[in-house]
Amino acid sequence: MTLRRGRGYAAVNYPTGMNLGGDPSQALVHATTMGGFVVTLSSVDLGQGLRTVVAQCAAETLGVPIENVIVDTADTDTGPHCMGTFASRGTHRVGNAVVMAAREAREVLLQVAADELEVDAEDLETDGTGFVRLKGAAEKKIHVSEVALAAHFRQGRTISGRGIFLKEPSTPVPETGEMDPDSCQAHACTVAEVEVDDETGVIEVLRLYNTYEVGRALNPAIATQQVEGGAWMGLSHALFESTEPYYPHSREHGPVDFVQYLMPGPADLPEQTSMLLERPADNGPFGAKGIGEMTANAPIPAIANAVYDAVGVRLTSMPFTPEKVLRGLDELRAGRAG
Amino acid sequence: MGGRITPIDTAYFKGERSGGFSVIGTAVQRSDARGHVTGRTVFFEDLTPPGLTHVKIHRSTRHHARIDRVDVSGALQVPGVLRVITHRDVPNNWYVVLRLIGVGPDDEPVLAEDRVLYRGEPIVAVVAETEEAAREGAARVVVDYTDLPAVLDVEEALAEGAPIIKQAGTNHFVYEGHPCRRIRFGDVERGFAQADRIIEGRYSSSPIEHAPTEPTGCLVVPQGDGRLRIHSNTQAAFFTLDNTALILGVPPTSLRVVGGTVGGGFGGKVDVIVEPLACLAALLTGRPAKYVYSRAEEMQVSSTRAAERIHIKDGVMRDGRIVARQVTLYVDAGAYSRHSPYGTTKAAAHMPGPYTIPNVHVDCYCVYTNRTPSSAMRGFGVTIGDFALESQMDHVARELGLDPLRLRLTNAYRDGDMKAHRKIASGTALVEVIQSAAALVGHELPPEYLAMSSAERAEG
Repeated sequence: MTLRRGRGYAAVNYPTGMNLGGDPSQALVHATTMGGFVVTLSSVDLGQGLRTVVAQCAAETLGVPIENVIVDTADTDTGPHCMGTFASRGTHRVGNAVVMAAREAREVLLQVAADELEVDAEDLETDGTGFVRLKGAAEKKIHVSEVALAAHFRQGRTISGRGIFLKEPSTPVPETGEMDPDSCQAHACTVAEVEVDDETGVIEVLRLYNTYEVGRALNPAIATQQVEGGAWMGLSHALFESTEPYYPHSREHGPVDFVQYLMPGPADLPEQTSMLLERPADNGPFGAKGIGEMTANAPIPAIANAVYDAVGVRLTSMPFTPEKVLRGLDELRAGRAG
Repeated sequence: MGGRITPIDTAYFKGERSGGFSVIGTAVQRSDARGHVTGRTVFFEDLTPPGLTHVKIHRSTRHHARIDRVDVSGALQVPGVLRVITHRDVPNNWYVVLRLIGVGPDDEPVLAEDRVLYRGEPIVAVVAETEEAAREGAARVVVDYTDLPAVLDVEEALAEGAPIIKQAGTNHFVYEGHPCRRIRFGDVERGFAQADRIIEGRYSSSPIEHAPTEPTGCLVVPQGDGRLRIHSNTQAAFFTLDNTALILGVPPTSLRVVGGTVGGGFGGKVDVIVEPLACLAALLTGRPAKYVYSRAEEMQVSSTRAAERIHIKDGVMRDGRIVARQVTLYVDAGAYSRHSPYGTTKAAAHMPGPYTIPNVHVDCYCVYTNRTPSSAMRGFGVTIGDFALESQMDHVARELGLDPLRLRLTNAYRDGDMKAHRKIASGTALVEVIQSAAALVGHELPPEYLAMSSAERAEG
């Protein structure tokens, strides 16, 4: 038995959103009586942190503390239309709709504040701590809660805004495939280091190195969770997961639980070293691109290529089971003998 | 706050990054994290309305068969069983989820009529007071079949003389008169003719399961005003609302979808499968109804990631330039369309990868077989393509004896390049992620490769 090490590379791009059907998302923003801001969506948080990131988009645009922002998701009676959470579109499309709605609400906020302060709205700015103040005159200011109360009870105005992100639907030209199906592209390069046991065929991923270009990391902690969680999924996809082996010939033998459907546990996890780059997208909220899906992709070929580097077996069928490695090694030996 | 946060290398794209944000770019704690780890987050199954009923399904045991007879009398004798639902009870039984954006035809029944196209296809729904009674009722349904020839392989399904399993008359989705989604760019045959080498590879994948922590499901509660409130873990609330209304033949205003909190989706909760039957159960019994997949159903009958088979033929020059790339890609849609025709188009747009290749020819087939329907999954249309493309890049580098990263940099797409689907590339960063990753692992690149930039192409 020999443990043989190898290193493999993969570089990928990934489309943010898909707009062959237009795929719009909408957002509404309104102020409560004392200056809380409710972002109303019908978008779904799958556990990736959408609510948090759109709250950041709203707070940044409104210029209020994030604690003032409430995000209400996914009730079709109250939330405006959203195509859904998929295609790496949440941060980008919902974020854009929220920014647009928050801008409109902020305009009213500043107008109401201007009337209260008896100044011009264009001379006002929000300061991110909860105050609206006169530019260049820090002492002339009013708290957002006062502005909201004035809007509701004295001025009779709604501090609210509407937003929609829609990219015109693209219909592919059937002859050539000419189309414009996405909003922007994010990028990644993964390097995998593996150890392959040439007696058992077992592949162990020792280390993964990932560089991701994400447009803008609106929340670096959530981006980290995507990068590392996605790498886990890619590794799982590469080495473990399958609804076969016996299906379709004997469906009864297909997995029915997590004892039979294997995925990596803590002992299978590699060390991960990652880096983010930012090249802001001109159509993204604060430049953000979507990275939700792509993080699972590059690890798969990087692992396959590392196995080739280690033992000379080109794995062309996922998942890369020990059996496939051993069959590849047998073929190599037979080739050498022949 | 503590924890490990991935650093941002701000040396790249310096001039393009504006600053001055107050909360953007900061590690705000996830608003739902505390609720998730303390068990206080409310998921749809945490609701237990009085009078709740349960829906379970009797499913096909055959890959492909005619249904000769369905006998539900045994189910109705099980204590606690309230109703059985067959296709006759479904107002508009045939649907396709993408009809809202004009993708057709309707090709899937909510409940099978006279034929089943895959093992596990729903035939009869049983509504009962308890899950046990519903399960027992479903088990007591008797279906007589006549087996029909099954097609279980994508290339066999396209072969001449293959049994045609689809009503539309072909075993593939038809894209505006074509059997596949095509990309045509340059002249691939001329490219192959001028190449020093032709290097080919075939790649494939198995179907996999989304494996969300929370299985797919919903709970429907009839309201005092006659509307139905649908608590669902759908990834797309209005998709669910609109498709369910179309299937039930009711105005969309009679339904309300409440959701937004999901224990993992990964694309598996985009199909509209559970809500129409749960709504029907609630309408027919006047009581709240829950239809949630068991873990076994989640693994055996929920949509999979499509198995794909990809053939890549490259025409390459000795210096590593790829001058022609031909890709043939087969997506195994399984028995029904769901989102697969859309994903296949996405796959076509992704080819030939993030590389500028002057001659590209792509055929992407969305193929129907008698396997479990596949549908959206994280990386839809791209993940397996990336496996094939990047394995092929390594293969080419090995065949030519070139550094694999330099080969990629040589061919990397950059701003202003025309992609094969005739979109001008912008905001590209393939060069930089490769340079950065090389630095992370100490892979040395010669100065001319380190000087490359996505934003400009050096002359000469």
